[in-house]
Amino acid sequence: MTEMPLVDREKCQGCGLCVSVCACGTLVLAGNKVTIVKVEACQWCTLCEAVCPNGAIRCPFEIVVEES
Amino acid sequence: MAVQAEFIKSIPYFAGLGQAELDAIIKFTFEKKANRGEIVLFEGEPAEILCFVVSGAVKVFKTSADGKEQILHIIRPGESFNDVPVLGEGVNLASAEALGDVTLNIIKKSDLETVLRGHPQVALNVIQVLSQRVSHLISLVEDLSFRHVTSRVAKILLEYAGDGSGEKPHLTQQEMAAMIGTAREMVGRSIKTLEEEGKIRLERHRIIITDKDALKEMAGIT
Repeated sequence: MTEMPLVDREKCQGCGLCVSVCACGTLVLAGNKVTIVKVEACQWCTLCEAVCPNGAIRCPFEIVVEES
Repeated sequence: MAVQAEFIKSIPYFAGLGQAELDAIIKFTFEKKANRGEIVLFEGEPAEILCFVVSGAVKVFKTSADGKEQILHIIRPGESFNDVPVLGEGVNLASAEALGDVTLNIIKKSDLETVLRGHPQVALNVIQVLSQRVSHLISLVEDLSFRHVTSRVAKILLEYAGDGSGEKPHLTQQEMAAMIGTAREMVGRSIKTLEEEGKIRLERHRIIITDKDALKEMAGIT
């Protein structure tokens, strides 16, 4: 399964700032809430998380140690 | 498109002003649009304009001689940038890039001076905005000079490193920043530094520790 940014729809105010910075078209506004439409396109640049004034988007990283 | 009075009223610079004062300010304000990736201000060029973000987001950053980028702020709607050099003397202290399609409202330095002379309330508001800027920069300086943010990021990465089975929580850069008491921008910069030094590798949503011993040394873990 492809990991995706996590959207908290309760916190999302529908300002669209995340959509405006998303270079790969992963995010759109639907019903005044941000929605992920192109799962495979997301490059995990985390800009959507950085610009969201309400903390409604999270781009968590899994941290692993490389097997030698 | 004309400058919107409602927007001008909503920004901290112009809070609490009467209609006559707002009209005077709007007269001096013009709109500019920029596309994703467009540089709207270049560091080192004469500081001639004060910018307000109407829609979209702008990244304000400095670039070192070896090309490393330090993000100072991400400017969201209602916020301003390039205040300090415009209100002082000299050149743009940082560059600014549109993170997506953005709309800006702009006041030229000479026109801003006219507004400030004519409307003392605006000058008081400007002092408040500058005070917040100084506070933010002081905390950034503290991070850059007194604390070893990268070492602390290294420690967090080691603490939260799992074996891929999903038993350890996944962390956002914001969460890492909150854990070590720094700004998100500093975490981003530290992760980039660790990647450049070959201690970690980024794979989309995964941070892979490639040199655990080096990371341990950095974090002061023996």
